[in-house]
Amino acid sequence: MTVTALLFASYADALGSDRLELTLAGDTTVRDVVDRLRAMPGGSSLPAAPLVAVNQTYASSDQRVVSGDEVAIIPPVAGG
Amino acid sequence: MSVRTAIVRRAIEVAALLAEVGDMANGATVIFLGHVREMNDGRAVSGIEYSAYGEMAERELAAIASECAAHFGVAHLVAEHRLGALELGDVSIAIAVAHPHRAEAYEASRFVIEEVKRRLPIWKREGYVDGTSDWVDAAGIAHEQRAEEWQ
Repeated sequence: MTVTALLFASYADALGSDRLELTLAGDTTVRDVVDRLRAMPGGSSLPAAPLVAVNQTYASSDQRVVSGDEVAIIPPVAGG
Repeated sequence: MSVRTAIVRRAIEVAALLAEVGDMANGATVIFLGHVREMNDGRAVSGIEYSAYGEMAERELAAIASECAAHFGVAHLVAEHRLGALELGDVSIAIAVAHPHRAEAYEASRFVIEEVKRRLPIWKREGYVDGTSDWVDAAGIAHEQRAEEWQ
């Protein structure tokens, strides 16, 4: 299955991309997506348990993801 | 009651927001403005580039405003957050709240800005007078600690 990982701000800089299509085995969680990203070149600067939103809603690390999900890795927010 | 929120890429028109929330039924209007200041953490700032997870930021700001309106019973609430390249003194966020009474107007305004700081997916890259730039963690909270709040 394939999910779209979105990266922003310092995380996009670290991985050199703001959008990655990831192919993963079935029965996958947010944590698995983060682990995959952290194993990529530049990915080691992502924290082990970053803030994540699945389909634009904040999600826990053990939430399941399914094919087609948009998984956004959210750096420390700095609005205002 | 009226509630409106927007993520914009143009200057925020403060007078227009005040006019939008104004009516004779309310005794108090509170406006909060966030703007780009010239020093941060001891470094001389030249400007800030704001970026966002666009659609989610729109949704979160609307959700914050709805929660605020329901909780504090505000009459009118307008909040705009600006993205793009801002210069010193530019308004990055404006929150206008009208309520029959001042205490609730202040509390509602404070609620919106604090929730924005906590959960709106917006980032800023600060440019400095010395030519360098850096991503800012405005809340200064260790990142993994923040993530735990959602788990």
